[in-house]
Amino acid sequence: MGLTYQSTGRSTTREIFNVHNAGSELVIALAGNPNTGKSTVFNALTGLRQHTGNWPGKTVLRAEGSFIHGGRHYTLIDLPGTYSLHANSVEEEVARDFLCFAKPDATVVVVDGTCLERNLNLALQVMEITDNVIVCVNLIDEARRKNMHININKLSNALGVPVVPTAARGGEGLSELMAAISDVALGRVVPKPVLVRYSDAVEKAIAQVEPKVREIIGAHINTRWVALRLIDGDTKLVQAIQRYYNDQESKQAEAALEVLA
Amino acid sequence: MNNSTPLNRLGNGCCALVTELNAEGLTRRRLLDLGLVPGTKVEVIRRSPLGDPIAFNIRGAIIAFRKEEAEKVLVVQVS
Ligand SMILES: Nc1nc2c(ncn2[C@@H]2O[C@H](COP(=O)(O)OP(=O)(O)OP(=O)(O)O)[C@@H](O)[C@H]2O)c(=O)[nH]1
Ligand SMILES: [Mg+2]
Repeated sequence: MGLTYQSTGRSTTREIFNVHNAGSELVIALAGNPNTGKSTVFNALTGLRQHTGNWPGKTVLRAEGSFIHGGRHYTLIDLPGTYSLHANSVEEEVARDFLCFAKPDATVVVVDGTCLERNLNLALQVMEITDNVIVCVNLIDEARRKNMHININKLSNALGVPVVPTAARGGEGLSELMAAISDVALGRVVPKPVLVRYSDAVEKAIAQVEPKVREIIGAHINTRWVALRLIDGDTKLVQAIQRYYNDQESKQAEAALEVLA
Repeated sequence: MNNSTPLNRLGNGCCALVTELNAEGLTRRRLLDLGLVPGTKVEVIRRSPLGDPIAFNIRGAIIAFRKEEAEKVLVVQVS
């Protein structure tokens, strides 16, 4: 038996996050470091079809919008800008919980093309949670201005996910981005993220913990990622799993955590 | 390392390379997430009027640390 996730289903989990028309549309998340142009991409894709509010129970601003592509309706969620998904702050917690529990059909990681080194850390973290990732290399106009050349194909091969260059403020690359989103959300393109391999000791610990995690929570949340978080001593994730799935199986997750402690 | 100094001791405009993080657990994780792995270049941008917090340029983003955080980052100054 897995989590009650099976009985509650994805749309219910999404409703917790106030996603409108949950279940009937494709849900796309926009993640990224602060100030990389997420909201600019969001506005360019959704135009006036959007509403803003707060994340449930949080003072963090939340924007949701929609667009139509190829006759399909997409709901776009602008996540708060973060440097990581380790729930160090409310923003990071909101972003992590959405990716982990609302399980968007695709996630766009907007990165600053002038500063890839800093931005790819978050992209790699998102790829540890979900396979359905598109990397949007934004501010490509700024990169060009600084004489920086980004080999998009090479980056895409290295990451194992589609990469689209954009200059969102000038509207450049947005139709390509939309096409890439729909390819991934509809399963026409299946990203194969190249994941970080950790030290032998950590990989060995993952190998021990992951089967147990799978036993307890099934395959609904990325089990390698949950195992990594447990090894890291992340009790907040266990609390979040309990909050969102609120059933006794997650108590077993806590027990698994205690075994490790 | 003997010639390492805590990041908060550097003057404005100084550049330094990270040698070591003197932190564990979540604090260490957070510093790493901000890009502070050994070898990373950090520049002191400016101080708030009372000298704390201090703003640094870390891999292209301006990030402010309080003394308690900055003193955990050990660096060697470069010119
Ligand atoms: N030159 C250039 N500027 C851009 C581009 N995209 C966004 N900007 C600018 O970058 C700044 C930040 O853009 P936002 O869209 O607010 O960034 P954000 O990621 O939503 O920021 P946070 O929500 O604060 O994390 C704004 O001044 C935008 O006009 C781009 O492609 N090229
Ligand atoms: Mg924004």
